[in-house]
Amino acid sequence: MNNTPILRMDNIVKNFNGVTALKNVSLEVTRGEVHAICGENGAGKSTLMKVLSGVYPAGTYGGNIVFEGEQVGYRSINESEADGIVIIHQELALSPYLSIAENIFLGNEISTRGVIDWNRTNREAALLLARVGLDENPATRVLELGVGKQQLVEIAKALSKQVKLLILDEPTAALNDEDSAHLLTLINHLREQGITSIIISHKLKEIRQIADTVTIIRDGETIESFSMSEPDATEARIIRSMVGRDLSSLFPPREANIGEVIFEVRDWSVYHPVDTTRLVVDGANFTVRAGEIVGFAGLMGAGRTELAMSIFGRSYGTNISGTVLKDGVEIQTRTVDEAIRNGLAYATEDRKKYGLNLIGDIAVNVSAAALAKLVRFGVIDRHREYKVADSYRAKMNIKAPSVSAITGKLSGGNQQKVVLSKWIFSGPDVLILDEPTRGIDVGAKYEIYGIINELAAQGKAVIVISSELPELIGLSDRIYAISEGVLTGEVARADATQERLMHFMTAGKDSAL
Amino acid sequence: MSTTTPAGQQPARRRLPRFRVNLRQYGILAALAIIVLLFQILTEGRLLLPGNVNNLIQQNAYVLILAVGMVMVIIAGHIDLSVGSVVAMVGAIAAISTNQWGLPWWAAVILAILVGALVGAWQGFWVAFVGIPAFIVTLAGMLIFRGLTLVLLTGGTINGLPEQFTAIGAGWLPGWFGELGGRDVLTLVLGALAAAMLVLQQVRSRATLRKLDLPREPLTSFWLKIGISALAILAFTWLLSDYNGTPIILILLALIILIYTFLLNRTVFGRHIYAMGGNLFAAMMSGVKTRWVNFFIFVNMGVLAGLAGVVSTARAGGAVASAGQNYELDAIAAVFIGGAAVQGGVGTVVGAVIGGLVMGVLNMGLSILSVDAAWQMTIKGLVLLLAVAFDIFNKRRAGGR
Ligand SMILES: Nc1ncnc2c1ncn2[C@@H]1O[C@H](COP(=O)(O)OP(=O)(O)OP(=O)(O)O)[C@@H](O)[C@H]1O
Ligand SMILES: [Mg+2]
Repeated sequence: MNNTPILRMDNIVKNFNGVTALKNVSLEVTRGEVHAICGENGAGKSTLMKVLSGVYPAGTYGGNIVFEGEQVGYRSINESEADGIVIIHQELALSPYLSIAENIFLGNEISTRGVIDWNRTNREAALLLARVGLDENPATRVLELGVGKQQLVEIAKALSKQVKLLILDEPTAALNDEDSAHLLTLINHLREQGITSIIISHKLKEIRQIADTVTIIRDGETIESFSMSEPDATEARIIRSMVGRDLSSLFPPREANIGEVIFEVRDWSVYHPVDTTRLVVDGANFTVRAGEIVGFAGLMGAGRTELAMSIFGRSYGTNISGTVLKDGVEIQTRTVDEAIRNGLAYATEDRKKYGLNLIGDIAVNVSAAALAKLVRFGVIDRHREYKVADSYRAKMNIKAPSVSAITGKLSGGNQQKVVLSKWIFSGPDVLILDEPTRGIDVGAKYEIYGIINELAAQGKAVIVISSELPELIGLSDRIYAISEGVLTGEVARADATQERLMHFMTAGKDSAL
Repeated sequence: MSTTTPAGQQPARRRLPRFRVNLRQYGILAALAIIVLLFQILTEGRLLLPGNVNNLIQQNAYVLILAVGMVMVIIAGHIDLSVGSVVAMVGAIAAISTNQWGLPWWAAVILAILVGALVGAWQGFWVAFVGIPAFIVTLAGMLIFRGLTLVLLTGGTINGLPEQFTAIGAGWLPGWFGELGGRDVLTLVLGALAAAMLVLQQVRSRATLRKLDLPREPLTSFWLKIGISALAILAFTWLLSDYNGTPIILILLALIILIYTFLLNRTVFGRHIYAMGGNLFAAMMSGVKTRWVNFFIFVNMGVLAGLAGVVSTARAGGAVASAGQNYELDAIAAVFIGGAAVQGGVGTVVGAVIGGLVMGVLNMGLSILSVDAAWQMTIKGLVLLLAVAFDIFNKRRAGGR
């Protein structure tokens, strides 16, 4: 490995209609290394990578980019890909109805005179899948794959383009521990094959595991860049540079004040909406007390989200049976509206698809689930709507110039805060948070944990679904484990360890509680 | 808890971003101004003769009414291809009810609107509760209601409608305040009132923005826009006062614009329409009763199509089976020229009305120039294409996603 930089970005400046996303960012990536970029939500990480890859064409930003010794300014992704720079975005971009092979070679088809050579396509796809360690038939449609596997397909696609510099924007945000570990091993392998990677992540543990160098960006400026082999290259240092202060612990202190059972679900069963003979949730029984934070642990596909969505207005599944009780009285939650009126809230894990009106502004999104609170005689009090939204902008520390900013243009983490604001404003008694800190930086995570604690302190029942076991253990009073649609374990905070949870999470459907 | 309070690291006072001039909103107003000017020159001043200005309103009232309903349909992510046929059918029913059943004119109007609502409920049912795409349902509706019109009018054209009925489309407010130098005073007073209301409303909403510390457009462009709009209203009524005064239909139109702007911007129903167009799934998961909203969007479109049917039958003075042909296309074009997005979620009543006026001026100017109907169609098609291309170009330049 020689030490010449493969990429240098100097003094990059990028404005959006008067909002400065990048003030002055410089980045130097050594050939063959894994380079991590860290920073708070809205710091400008994704924007920097979009500048590099030509999503924002040359001329729309200031500064200088040198790739492989040549000054470059890409005008489109095609141009950067031709030079071997491939970016895998925060939101995956595969076509669900096409097969793995078709996706890998999309826009790059193996063909003779316009006619696709399916044999070669599938053969080469199989080779690429082997390289990324994905054991699937290339003819499988992408919609049948979980996020973890889709991620691998994206990387296979990048490899098919003779990638030299692979950029991964929060690749593990939506992955469980197992898939994440697999992905990190793969990145390591690619490094051995001479492929340079840039990885953006909020998971510092991963960065310590994999990165050779880390660059930290705050408010659109490079703060520092250092080698992870330096003795003082610690997580604490990264955090300090990111947020500009020390963060003594990852979880804010909390004094649990747990009351009576206020939420109870009995014998809850749900069948798959398409394959109607398949049980997705099988006879789930659980309770949540006032002021209690209850975690739900499970592997990807275990049925956590399906359980939550089926309870919340039957938004998932068919042939749903079982009862829901609040304060000991049976309630109906047949429609989302009814669920909300009965004091339930569900913040979805997929904010783009189910959580936000991306072309609407922050105010419209914050008020969306509780418009009734702002209405008199059918007329919306816009004045109050803006005030309310603004108070959440301040409280949740949403980085946006004003509440009339369009949510689609916020950074991923800030969008997540808008989703949370919306459900907190709906004033629920029972709050179900599905992956509430996905894609959120350490500082903001701390803030969100604080908010969750506060909600519990107000006597609400809070359910947290998360794939990050340390988060569940740090936050919850009690944790249920799900495996294959069945509740397999219930662990009190004092007894919760990752090993113990893992044991229940992999127990299989014959180990029902 | 010292960790939660940042040590002086909060971003200092947030600065308000410079409000980017909304080119699209100006673009459509400017386009209207340019087209008016162009035809004023081409027709050697005949476009803005008082009689023509009057006709512009009376002839195009139906598009404007339909465009208001259509913009809501389109914001919600649907389309309605049946409105032209509904206009014809409702017109036939109104004519038959006065002419053959001897209903008084007002009962005929109510009946027409009820029939419109019923048609809307029918289509809304299939779209909202059965889940058939609106394109299909209204394509079927286009055939069904045209067919029914032909059945109703097998006896041929129906003429001889009551005078009060035709006045809706072709009559004027009486000159209550007399005349001044040959001009209708009432019309001038209404014009002045409308201009004053516009200024007041704009100034008030700007004050609200300031109070809430939200971004505002620069003061100069703000006053420029208001000034030009107010002047245009005054000039418009000045011209009308020289002809027969205020067309009754103008009052009806003004009411519709006010009511529907309010409905879309300030009511829960309107908000839900935007929310569904912006992200249907997110709207569902926020408790919006998407089926009912869809249903009522179509009922509303039916009501407005019924009204448009009354207006165009009144204007024509009779019902013919071929009435309302291509009205749906005019309305859809008006909505898109007025800045609505094909994907839904975006659009305004005022935009749609201005879009309708662009189409109307185009129609009238080309007719005055006695351009052949075939070429008129070609030109209108090109204008629609250019308007939407301009929109997309603008969005790209603004550095959208
Ligand atoms: N198209 C756009 N228009 C306006 N502002 C934008 C646009 N894209 C990004 N921004 C702003 O630029 C800033 C940086 O955004 P960016 O997405 O790069 O953040 P990030 O560091 O990737 O954050 P996260 O960790 O939350 O993904 C944010 O304040 C965001 O609101
Ligand atoms: Mg990002």
